[in-house]
Amino acid sequence: MTIALPAAPQTAPRRQIFVATALACASAFMIIIGMVAMWMKFRAGAPTRDSADGLYVIKDWLPASITIPEVAANVMLITFPVVALMAQWASYSAKRRDSQHRSLALAICAVLGIAVVNGQAAIYAQMEIGLADGAYQTMFYAITGAMLLLVVGGIAFSFVALFRSVGGREDDTDVVNSHALYWYFLTAAFTVLWFFVYVQK
Amino acid sequence: MTTIDNPVGASTQAQGFGSSFVIALGKWMTSSDHKKIGRLFIGCALFTAVSTSIIGAVFGLERMSPAQMDIFDGDAAIQLISLYRFDLVLGLLAPLFLGIALAIVPLQLGSRAIAFPRLAQLSFWSWLFGALMVAIAIIGNGGPGGGQANLVDLYLLGVALAATGILAGSLSVATSVLTARAPGMTLDIVPAFSWGALVGSVASLLTLPVAIGTIIYLYVDNTHAKVAFGGSKAIDDHLGWVFGQPMTIVFIVIALGVLADIAPVTAGVRQPQRPVVLVGLGLITTAVLGAATQSTHMLDWSGNTSDIVKSAIPFLIFNGLPLLGIFVVIAISLLSLKFGSPKVSGAFALASLGAFMILVGAAGNFVAHIQQANLAGTAFNEGVTVYFAFGGLLVGLGALAHWAPKLWGRVLDEKALLGLSALGLLGTIASSFPLFIAGFANQPVDVVNGFDYDGPIALWNGIAGIGNILILVTVIGFVALLLAAIRNGAQASDDPWNGHSLEWAIPSPAPLNNFEALAHVNSSEPVLDAKPSGKEVTV
Repeated sequence: MTIALPAAPQTAPRRQIFVATALACASAFMIIIGMVAMWMKFRAGAPTRDSADGLYVIKDWLPASITIPEVAANVMLITFPVVALMAQWASYSAKRRDSQHRSLALAICAVLGIAVVNGQAAIYAQMEIGLADGAYQTMFYAITGAMLLLVVGGIAFSFVALFRSVGGREDDTDVVNSHALYWYFLTAAFTVLWFFVYVQK
Repeated sequence: MTTIDNPVGASTQAQGFGSSFVIALGKWMTSSDHKKIGRLFIGCALFTAVSTSIIGAVFGLERMSPAQMDIFDGDAAIQLISLYRFDLVLGLLAPLFLGIALAIVPLQLGSRAIAFPRLAQLSFWSWLFGALMVAIAIIGNGGPGGGQANLVDLYLLGVALAATGILAGSLSVATSVLTARAPGMTLDIVPAFSWGALVGSVASLLTLPVAIGTIIYLYVDNTHAKVAFGGSKAIDDHLGWVFGQPMTIVFIVIALGVLADIAPVTAGVRQPQRPVVLVGLGLITTAVLGAATQSTHMLDWSGNTSDIVKSAIPFLIFNGLPLLGIFVVIAISLLSLKFGSPKVSGAFALASLGAFMILVGAAGNFVAHIQQANLAGTAFNEGVTVYFAFGGLLVGLGALAHWAPKLWGRVLDEKALLGLSALGLLGTIASSFPLFIAGFANQPVDVVNGFDYDGPIALWNGIAGIGNILILVTVIGFVALLLAAIRNGAQASDDPWNGHSLEWAIPSPAPLNNFEALAHVNSSEPVLDAKPSGKEVTV
């Protein structure tokens, strides 16, 4: 016999996409953290040798011939918080059911996201290193490539949210808030990567 | 936007399409009904259990005469060991408990569906294809240390795909527990199994990505320079932790949630120390940090006091706390028996004996990390993994027996289950404890031939091989019992065990959308509250 339980009224949705995005962001952050940890491990374990005059110890990690274009990396670092700000603007507009500003903000997020990809491409082009040139080069492409994939995911998220906004979804606050959360995560992840890969090298 | 689409699996409801095998298969393959997705995971995990125990039995045979016996050449042995380790963790433990969680958690939460059902469906196919890719790569000499570079790439992609599948399923389960609970069901009163599923899912969401990051490095290195990591030879050095401790412990959390749920039902009382059980389940996941740091935290008492303390703190956090958590959950779960009138069921026997095996494995894991025990690199570590995997398997079988009424609408034969639990216990002890002894005799880990030491090599490894055969018989016996019940068994009642949580308030088997109407919940045992016999039920 089925047991009768006290009936409950229909409840409001519990921000399912936002919670899932938060979990996914934590998961993706662990990818970057794990890769940075591996980067540090290899850098610490790189062989050392004395300089020609014997005064210094040189760590053979970043080949001397490679120059990291710091301007492009710094511009990327600045761009990420701007995208996050635009995403927050979209979230604020969604809360106020202002679809025009919401759509504009989401479009700016997508465009700036593409600019970040462009910045990364510029870094690759200016560095002129091959994937198979050595340990540093392989790991550099792997870690920055993984970050790039996450950014591409963010751009796709922006476009999806934008299309839904343009399509007239007025009650889409959960998606737009999740979109903002994702760009906050990307900002945090790139800041970590920027410090360890582009500054500490 | 709705993420729990009410007509989940609506295609399965459609009638009039005929009943041919292809159509039925197609319905299963495309269903977003969480119970079907869970059963797909469970079925594949049991198949893996069979294949894994066969490999383990052959290893036992080979190791009986490591100097003379030559069933495999060197490369084949290395590859098969890789497959064995993959199977035990990502092929058996992970899909078994993820499958049970996907199938049961929404029922316990009073939810009409799992969160993101299509993501859950994708998780199964992603895991399955990943596991198949791993098997194909290893068969073609492409596993860790393999000589076929293209197949090594396939192996890495396979592991990444399987891990992504587990992550997707975990995301679905964790989001369900966090957002799809019945009205009034706060997090502190969710059933213990659902709590364990939440904790285990979040733990895997924080752990497996580290493995995926490592795989990205290894894949790029293997396809290009092979200078940073050295190609396939380094895979085990950097990825080996995924197929052993502490990764196993992440999935063990869900297993212990099963016992924590079944024990009070068996006793017919409310769990007297429920908060302690929930804390214990959380405590186990401190092992997750050990996985994320990718370091072995050994206790070394050979130095001065300062050095001992320095090594003892991380050792106790990463190895001691999980052991303590496992002990607390088992002890408190069994404590409920003291307050009730327990009638030991087959499901309880399987779950409790399996949990004891897990506890022994955790104790072994604790000892293995003491430097002065000199167990690093020995078969002792394989014994720990086998204790966890087969102990977890027994708990999983107990869970399937317990929730069979909701999944298949049948109750399994109790006497046969009790027999299988005894057989499974023997099999687990026989397949793992001799490896503990062999570890103390310095039998190397992950090697099946070409080693020697003073001691009865044939005895230890022969018993381990027999243990694997017993596990094989246990799994096949359980599947046969289940199939017989489905084919010829009587329809189970809605609440055959006098259950406590919401899944026992709906018909057996659980209907397509689980609950016709939302129920209001204000205790951790809502079904017990609603029973006419009063607050407590005597079984």
